[in-house]
Amino acid sequence: MATRKWLDRSQPLAGAPGARGLDVAAAEWRQCALDFAAGGNRLQALWTECTPGPAARALYGGTDFLLLVTLPLAGGETEYPGIADVFPAAARMQRAAADLTGLRASGADARPWLRHAAWPVDYRPLAATMQPAGEVEARADDYAFVRVTGDGVHEIPVGPVHAGIIEPGHFRFSVVGEKVLRLEERLGYVHKGIEQLFVRTPLIEGHRLAARVSGDSAVAYSWAYCQALEALAACAVPPRGQWLRALALEAERIANHLGDLGALGNDAGFAFGLAQFSRLKELWLRAMQAALGGRYLNDFVVPGGVGADAEPQRIAQLAACARTIETETRVLREIFDEHAGVRDRFVGTGIVTAELTTELGLVGLAARASGYDYDLRADLPCAPYDQLAVRKSVRPEGDVAARVAVRFDELFESVRLVAAIAAELPPGDLRGGGTIPAAGATAVGAIEGWRGPVLVALTAGEDGAIRRCHPHDPSWQNWPALEHAIIGNIVPDFPLINKSFNLSYSGHDL
Amino acid sequence: MWKTLKQIGSVGIVTERPPLVSDELRVREHLQAQILATLGRALCIRQVDAGSCNGCELEIHALSNAFYNIEGLGIRFVASPRHADLLLVTGPVSRHMELALKRTYDATPEPKLVVAVGDCGATGGIFGCSYASVGAVANVIPVNVAVPGCPPSPNRILAAILTAITPAADARR
Repeated sequence: MATRKWLDRSQPLAGAPGARGLDVAAAEWRQCALDFAAGGNRLQALWTECTPGPAARALYGGTDFLLLVTLPLAGGETEYPGIADVFPAAARMQRAAADLTGLRASGADARPWLRHAAWPVDYRPLAATMQPAGEVEARADDYAFVRVTGDGVHEIPVGPVHAGIIEPGHFRFSVVGEKVLRLEERLGYVHKGIEQLFVRTPLIEGHRLAARVSGDSAVAYSWAYCQALEALAACAVPPRGQWLRALALEAERIANHLGDLGALGNDAGFAFGLAQFSRLKELWLRAMQAALGGRYLNDFVVPGGVGADAEPQRIAQLAACARTIETETRVLREIFDEHAGVRDRFVGTGIVTAELTTELGLVGLAARASGYDYDLRADLPCAPYDQLAVRKSVRPEGDVAARVAVRFDELFESVRLVAAIAAELPPGDLRGGGTIPAAGATAVGAIEGWRGPVLVALTAGEDGAIRRCHPHDPSWQNWPALEHAIIGNIVPDFPLINKSFNLSYSGHDL
Repeated sequence: MWKTLKQIGSVGIVTERPPLVSDELRVREHLQAQILATLGRALCIRQVDAGSCNGCELEIHALSNAFYNIEGLGIRFVASPRHADLLLVTGPVSRHMELALKRTYDATPEPKLVVAVGDCGATGGIFGCSYASVGAVANVIPVNVAVPGCPPSPNRILAAILTAITPAADARR
């Protein structure tokens, strides 16, 4: 296989299991992408850097590796070869990289992606050492949406402020009657300058910011960050710290799946589902509060391990609560499965085929609902998942019903994991110590959050500073799939299809 | 259908009834009275995510579950600022949402109230002010009450809503 030659040239990289690193020349960058695409691998992330010199970086993921490919650019060089024709998911990542660093991919869509009108066009947040000079007046900008024309075609603009309690983004539908011909997303509304803020944050405090990249995946992000940091700092996390992290991650997965299953019932017109699952979620959050110290675990994972211990009795109660939730959820699943109205809305709605999933490079939960058999917890397990034998949940259909089924199955698997962790939680220290990382060293953290793989690429700066930290949300790959899933469906099914993915805005907009 | 009814019947009512004499009870009775005095009808809330990490939104969602049962108190989330009495805003306000937030505020009829939710909505939080963030909600629109927390619990958010409608009622008398 052509990918083998790249892997043979690469060196082991600190951080996530299977992580490797490779520097390539400009002439090799595209060939590398072509070879990994031909081998059926995913583009996991793409970004650019300015310090110490300009560089483009891509992370490819396969069944047994995560390969960080770096293309160093000569000083003054501002263009690198684009790979959006090879990996469509790269298109928005390249546009975002251009907005943040000014380094552009050749042949790329020249429209900005993350920058609207809030900062000057020549201000490069990740190349600058200062904030932009002068006041920038808040104003709307004119974005060049792709127009659909023809008899009876009209546009429905939605957002950024949505009708429900959800994050802001803009959706431009082109429709004929009820039928959607095209959806174009416009995101970036919740861009908070997180990557620039990382550079002003000490390494030892970066996990707090990472946890707040996407509030529903706080454990996944803070763990991925800490995994990278600990690899740089030669820090061994004691077993109890590792197992408690996994307990928190599975607790986060259960909470999110409960919330989404209820919302999906509601979007199908079955308010009973929302009422029941919201109740179960509240019970679960309260059990998490009692056992792990928070309904949402923003500051649970800390460098070296975890911030707080959990009493054995509370852990047992958490496991008991998980079993209760499983019992009740099995009843609710039967009700969902037997409800003609719910089935009618779920089955055959918002289909993403297996071919499209491969072509677009979907990842995580949504990909597994379209037959992509990949879960970091099972395929590249870090401790303690290497001892837990996680069973992957995969469905072939790719419709809303399949994404619902994967949620149910993953919820049950997480309940099993919570029980297994509670039973085998090793005693000992919560945190290990480390050294100050060498400036310029890079590591990658990779954790399978509830939505999919959450990645953090971290480069240390001088004296415990962060030189560059790039967090990557699985939503980057999956947002474009939503545009395809809606084609040919009716407008009222959009909220349902959207919720079946439930992608992150904040994690994407950074 | 039988399974659905059986599930509803077996769960029963889980909405938490505060003890007879407690702050919790006074809060809710008071809340109901103040809403009626101020508005003479249900309080309608428009939630605006002006840049949040989505953590606060999850706890705002929880207000609608059977335990807090916010609709049982006469409070409802609405889909348009035109229908709203109160804006519940999370932050920090990203520069990209600054204009949308101002427009949402302008579209809300008087008298209107604003509650800023979470550390970020209250102060800018960990994100502060930068090229991309304007920080606290109060930097963009007038705020009546700010409730810190990362994220604040549903009970704290409910208490903040109460606090916001109290001075409005007093000013009317």
